[in-house]
Amino acid sequence: MLDIVLPIAFGLVAVAVAMSFWRLLRGPSALDRILALDTLNINTIALLVLLGIHLSSALFFEAALLIALMGFISTVALCKYLLRGDIIE
Amino acid sequence: MLDYLLSFLILFGAIFTFIGSLGLVRLKDFYTRLHGPTKATTLGVGSILIASAIFFSTRGTGISLHEILITLFLLITAPVSAHLLAKAALHLELNSLAKMPTKKVQQEGLEQANQTEVAQQTTEKIEQLTSSDGSQDQELAQKQ
Repeated sequence: MLDIVLPIAFGLVAVAVAMSFWRLLRGPSALDRILALDTLNINTIALLVLLGIHLSSALFFEAALLIALMGFISTVALCKYLLRGDIIE
Repeated sequence: MLDYLLSFLILFGAIFTFIGSLGLVRLKDFYTRLHGPTKATTLGVGSILIASAIFFSTRGTGISLHEILITLFLLITAPVSAHLLAKAALHLELNSLAKMPTKKVQQEGLEQANQTEVAQQTTEKIEQLTSSDGSQDQELAQKQ
């Protein structure tokens, strides 16, 4: 059962990555691009966790945790820059 | 049985991640577009991480707690980043399908300012009129 479901899940998340990448390239405003980057981070975490289940190795969780941390910090920094014109005041 | 549960959770999470990005592409407005990825974070990645936690806990090497760490972190940070994005969008006054709240506040402020200006002008006019009336009366009295 898991062998059938995992490729479907990989396909769905890969299409999600492609769609958020389209919004990253297309986005009318800078905030749309920031939102697309945030979504790309989340999709990458999902993809890494799925890969960990597929290969049954626990090595990918540190990478997923690092991506989550850096994604949050970069989103907050970019939003602060657009909001105030400066990151650290 | 465990296999079916894992398959259901993985499929559920993948479908929600897909729907989140679909919302990011299809919706018309930044403020509506903000909804999609938040659902993808909480429901999609959350259920995939729960599936992963169950999978690695039943492998035999004890309970795995990495996933709970990632889930907690994502659940804490997703509302914060969404709030900051919405705040920045309101600050930059992006185009919205709905009526913007800031413009309404500005209009009300303008109306109040106009009202106060009109009141000041009327009081000034009344003062001018009364003073001029008084002077005219005095002038008339002097002429007479």
